[in-house]
Amino acid sequence: MEETVNRNPLYTKYHPKWYRARIPIFWWVHKVPHIRFIARELTSVAVALYACILLFQISAVADGPEAYLRFLAWLKTPFSVLLHAVAFLFVLFHSITWFNLAPKALVVSLGNKPVPPAAIVALNYAAWVILSLGISWILLK
Amino acid sequence: MKKTIEPFWWGLFGAGGTCAAFFIPVLLFLNGLAIPLGWIQPPAFEHMFNLVTHPLTRLFLFVVISLSFFHWAHRFRFTLYDGLQLKHLNQLIAVLTYGSAIVGTLIAAFTLWNI
Repeated sequence: MEETVNRNPLYTKYHPKWYRARIPIFWWVHKVPHIRFIARELTSVAVALYACILLFQISAVADGPEAYLRFLAWLKTPFSVLLHAVAFLFVLFHSITWFNLAPKALVVSLGNKPVPPAAIVALNYAAWVILSLGISWILLK
Repeated sequence: MKKTIEPFWWGLFGAGGTCAAFFIPVLLFLNGLAIPLGWIQPPAFEHMFNLVTHPLTRLFLFVVISLSFFHWAHRFRFTLYDGLQLKHLNQLIAVLTYGSAIVGTLIAAFTLWNI
């Protein structure tokens, strides 16, 4: 019996054996934790978008001083500033949720005592600050 | 077949999420907000050029950009499954998301190699 239930995980439009309720596309808008879940998942869009912008910046620098200045001018447009402001909120949300979940993914022991989850979170935030300062120094020195 | 490759995508998702969490906020804030809004002077072209042509910077940028794409691919794939309830488009979504990440990685490699 279980065999027949589990054998085909692929979707079929109609299956005579059991009924599955249809879930509306916007099932997640009614509860704050669900909205937060979808927002967290959508931070990946901001991450990928910024990876693309970074690539454009790199090729602008590679193309020479004029292309670099053109790129800097584009960054000043209201569209770009708004886009970056929204993306910044999303990537911050990504970092915060990521570091807060780190103890769940990373269980470390010192000797035979487990390192408390709060310490792992704190270490992540400390590393975040140090790496951010390091990047700022390299970029702006 | 699918079951054997899933941990591979998840590993890229995890590595990408960690890289993005550490490096994207500062890069985005400086390049996309602080400099355009005039809070900080933009770095001179010479400095940017020397920075971007340095092998270590190129390697760093390649890793951050490529892993960010794979992080997006895996997470967005499941956003579409769970959020938009598109489970019946399973294979198509996987091909489009991971495929985009692979194409993005190739473009990043090409761009960074040819500076």
